[in-house]
Parts: sequence; structure tokens; C-alpha cells
Amino acid sequence: MSPVIEVRDLRKTYGAGDTAVHALRGLDLTVEQGEYIAIMGASGSGKSTLLNILGCLDVPTSGKYLLDGIDTGDFDEEQLSLLRNRKIGFVFQSFNLVPRTTALANVELPLVYAGVRRAQRRERALAALDLVGLTDRTHHRPNELSGGQQQRVAIARALVTSPAIVLADEPTGNLDTDSSREVLGILDRLNASGRTVVLITHEDSVAAHAMRTVRVVDGCVHSDGVAGVLV
Amino acid sequence: MRIFEIAAFAVRGLTANKMRSGLTTLGILIGVASVILLIAVGNGASSAVQQSIAGLGTNILTISPLRAQPGSTVKPLTTADAAALVGPDSPDVKYASPVVSAQATAGYGTTSYAISQFIGSDPRYFETTNSAVAQGNLFSDNDVQQARKVVVIGATVATQLFPGLDPIGKSMLVNNIPFTVIGVLAAKGSSGLQDADDMAVAPLTTTQNALTGYGSLTQIVVQARSADALPNAQAQVTTILNGRHKITTTPDYRILSQDQLLTARTATTETFTVLLASVAAISLLVGGIGITNIMLVTVTERIREIGIRKAVGAPRSSILGQFLIEATLLSLFGGALGVAAGLIGSQFTIAGIKPVLVPSSVLLAFAVSALIGLFFGSYPASRAAKLRPIEALRHE
Ligand SMILES: Nc1ncnc2c1ncn2[C@@H]1O[C@H](COP(=O)(O)OP(=O)(O)OP(=O)(O)O)[C@@H](O)[C@H]1O
Ligand SMILES: [Mg+2]
Repeated sequence: MSPVIEVRDLRKTYGAGDTAVHALRGLDLTVEQGEYIAIMGASGSGKSTLLNILGCLDVPTSGKYLLDGIDTGDFDEEQLSLLRNRKIGFVFQSFNLVPRTTALANVELPLVYAGVRRAQRRERALAALDLVGLTDRTHHRPNELSGGQQQRVAIARALVTSPAIVLADEPTGNLDTDSSREVLGILDRLNASGRTVVLITHEDSVAAHAMRTVRVVDGCVHSDGVAGVLV
Repeated sequence: MRIFEIAAFAVRGLTANKMRSGLTTLGILIGVASVILLIAVGNGASSAVQQSIAGLGTNILTISPLRAQPGSTVKPLTTADAAALVGPDSPDVKYASPVVSAQATAGYGTTSYAISQFIGSDPRYFETTNSAVAQGNLFSDNDVQQARKVVVIGATVATQLFPGLDPIGKSMLVNNIPFTVIGVLAAKGSSGLQDADDMAVAPLTTTQNALTGYGSLTQIVVQARSADALPNAQAQVTTILNGRHKITTTPDYRILSQDQLLTARTATTETFTVLLASVAAISLLVGGIGITNIMLVTVTERIREIGIRKAVGAPRSSILGQFLIEATLLSLFGGALGVAAGLIGSQFTIAGIKPVLVPSSVLLAFAVSALIGLFFGSYPASRAAKLRPIEALRHE
């Protein structure tokens, strides 16, 4: 079986000429089905750039990105939006919930674009909110929720479509210890149920939840190994 | 993904920020209503002028002196000219009234008022100008012969100079000469450009004595025996005046029939309408820029939201659809309210003018505003929908 994510010689350059920033410089990475990976690295090393490309939110300047063995470079905008909707769940550091919209409606959003019928949509969104422990906050708007609660809504939204991959960019970056523990617990359970999880973190305690840690330095993978044991 | 779901997003988008939606609607409303009203007022003014001219009758000729041309001499129009126009040589002329007019300041007690037209003529003048008396009497030929200091005043003068009083029998001062008010004319209303009731009429002799002096008449107003006799009357008048003024080439006077006057006035009011239309066009432009502005702000504010929607898998078409429906709803709703406001506003008299709606202006204002709203509501959104999700999310 081919790996879920396979990245070959990935490069991303922002801008051009003298001011060009080479965020990724020929990065290779393979992620197998069901893995739990932590990406670590200094600030500005290119972690978010990598994850955005993995989430099909951005396109690389050059290089190959195979998702489930299919080259995403061949996909047009319409197919990419389908990929984002069906295969990928993305969790942002800054939550990115639709403002002035209830938690329930935010979680239902991907299902609407997936064409799921109203009754089923509601049922699945409520189940996802139950999974993150927010059954009592379904009709709250983002500005009526704490940071930890907003992040849990965002995770519910990421997992409601049952995506194969969950990508999280510093999901606990804005949260206190208790909220972080809850969020990591949810990600652990997601991985235990077979989802592939890739998260970015600066903290070793967070990385300890993962099976494997990938260190990124200056846009390249510097080291790659089982948690605690660098190869 | 059905259109119904997209429409639901659009409605939720509008209701989620009622202030923003309200302001956008208001902007469109004002744009549409002001254009409709401005054009209606212009149209109302010009149709009022036309009506007031049409009311003068079709059997009238107005003779006025021309200014001297280089190399020719000009004889003034005199009372004798006017008298000579009625006689056996001109069987189709019924009357010829000599007319002088000037501005005059009238005083009563401590009140004073500048009358824009103080007219001196004979009693026939009232008939030729369709002026009916509302109160008191008109003056007689005898008053003219005796140069009695009597005056008949227009409705505006009556209310300005004698507020709350009965003007009949009162003595008003014109150039320090006391005139006795013997009658008040029925109101004719404003013609948009000038107030037809801001006038007073006194016997010719008295007026020349007190105000204008005995130089040239301002006009001679000729009434033909009938509308059909007008061309003959004009020919007879021309022959008599040419003889008296010894004209061989260009005359030193001008004869206008009511038809010509109407044409001339129509041209004036057309200019007026064009002027108003350009004001309307500018207000349409300003309104349009306002709509553009608020639509652009609205969409820019929501580019992040577009990024979020794209990140969870919204196809471009559904985002386009959502913003197109939002813009359509806002534009149609604001436009409809604007038309309603314009229609209601045109029921009121504005600055003395009764607005008359121009149906095409309603359509124009509505269509232009709706199109602008649609375009600037959906075009920036379509550009944002083309961005990669991460670009939209990072948008500031
Ligand atoms: N849109 C952009 N335009 C220009 N340069 C960018 C852009 N996004 C990122 N960069 C640059 O690319 C490099 C990598 O950025 P990236 O966000 O991937 O870092 P990161 O590893 O996620 O850092 P952090 O740990 O602080 O989040 C940085 O030098 C950054 O300045
Ligand atoms: Mg980052």
C-alpha cells in the first residue's frame, strides 16, 4: 500500500529576486497510513509552509506531493477543493472559525459543501461536538467561547468529514495546559481510531504524543525518527 | 451542494451583520431615491412653466422693443403706437394694451417688500393675461385716464405686505407715493422659475408717473379677434408699426406670438431639465461610488471568511454564488426601497414645485444602482474566490 503522504524535493519560494525567501529547499517526507507525526523546528524554518502545502491550502513552487499515491500537481482548483473537503482536516493555530456563526453551523460547514443532507449533517456535527466534549455549547458563537473551546470546535470541524489525514499547525499554541491536554487527548483518540495525524509543535511534551518526530531546519528535514530516539 | 444551501449562506451572511447590511441598503436607497426625485422636480418645473404659458391663450401677440443695432436708429414703443394698432387698418386686432414694468419696493407700515414685477397697463391687460380678481375690484379705463393711484396686487404681495390683514382699501407706499389697494388677484402659482403672484398692476399713467417715466413701453400686448385671426393681426400690426417707425429693412421691435413664446420657453425649460439631469447623473455617480465603496469594504472584510470556507472545501462556484446572491438581495432590496422613497417623496411639493415622475428615470436609477451593487458585490468576491485558501486567510 502506498504512503498517505509522499513529498519529493519540495520547494517553496516567496517573492522573487533579491527579496525572495526560500521557505522550503528540497524537502522529502513520507508519512504512512495511521502514523502520528510531530513536526518541530525553529521559528521560520518552514513548518507552516510545509503543512499548508500538505493541506492543499497552498501550492509548492516545485517538487511533487503525492496524496494517497496521486500527484496533487495534476489537480485543478475544483478537484483540490474536493480533496480539502473529503480527505483533509485542518486545524489552525488561530482557530479560523467563521465569525458570528454558531459552533454547530461551523462544524456543519464542511458537510454542507460535501452535499450531506440537513438531518444527517446535524447528526454528524452533533456527534463531532460530542467527541470534543462541547455538547452544551452548540449554539454559542465563536466570540462566546474560550480559546480552548474554539479550538475544540475547530477540531470537531476538521474531523466531522472523517478525513484520512488530520493536519494541525500548533493546535495548542494559544492554549493553557489544561486546554492543551484536552486537545491533545482528542488528537490521540483520533489517531487511535486509525487517522493519520500530523501536527506542528514547539514543545517536547506535545511531540511526546507522536510516534515520530520530524525536525525541519532551513526548509529541509534535518532528522527524522521515532519519538525520543533520533536516527 | 444545492443552490438552496448557498442561498441560505447568503441570507445568514446578511443577517449576521445587520448594521453592515442596513448601511449598504441605505446607501443604495439614497442613491436611487435622489435620482428619481431630482428628475421628477425638474420635470415638474418644466411642465408647470408650459402650463402657465398655455394658460395665456392662443390669440395674443407681444411686441417688445429691440436694442439699437450699429448704424440704425431705434424709436421707442409709445402709448401712441399702442393706440394706433387698433383701428380700421387692423380689423383683426381686438385690443392693444401698452405695458410698462419695473421692480419696485412697496411699504406698508413698518413692512416693506420688493415686488419683482410692478406693471402699468390698462384694464384689458387682465383679460389678456387670464388674471382673475379674488378680492375687491380691477381698475377701470377711467382710473387710467385720471391717473388714479390705485393698484391691484398679486397673492404673494398680499401675504408678504399685509400678513393677516385685509389689503383692500389699505394704502401702500411705492417710491414714497401712496397707492390704494383696490383688488387682489387670484393665485396662479409658481411656474418653477418665477413666482407669477409676485406682482402688482396699476394704471399705465400712474405707473409711468411714479416709476418708469414716459420713455419706451416695455411691451405692447395685442389681442387678436380669434386664434385663427392671429396671422392676419400680426401682418396688420407689422404694417402699421413699420409705417410709424419708418422701417425699411430690419425692424426695431420684435413680435412674438404665444406659440413662439411657448417654443422659446420650452427651450429654456429643456435647458433646465438637462441641467437637472446632469445633477441627477452626478448624484447617480456619487450614489454609485457610495454603493461601490460599501460593497468593496463588505467583501474585503470577509476575505478571511472566504479563506475559511475554501479551507474546508468550498468550491469556487459556491462562494461566488453566495456573494452574488448577497449582492443581489441587497441591491434589489435597497433599490426597491429607494424607488418607494422616490415615489413617496414625489407626492410632496418641493421648493414650490410639484414633482412629476419620469417613469424611465425610475427604471434608470433602479437598474444602475442594482447593477453597480451587483458588480461590486460579486466582482471582488470572485477575485477572492480565486485566491489560494492560505492567501485569503492571510488577507488583511
Ligand atoms: N506569505 C509569505 N510571504 C513571504 N514570506 C513568507 C510567507 N509565508 C512565510 N514566509 C517566510 O517563509 C519562511 C518560513 O515561514 P513558516 O511560516 O513556514 O515558518 P514556521 O516554521 O511555521 O515558523 P513558526 O514556528 O514561527 O510558525 C519564513 O522566513 C517566513 O518569513
Ligand atoms: Mg508556523
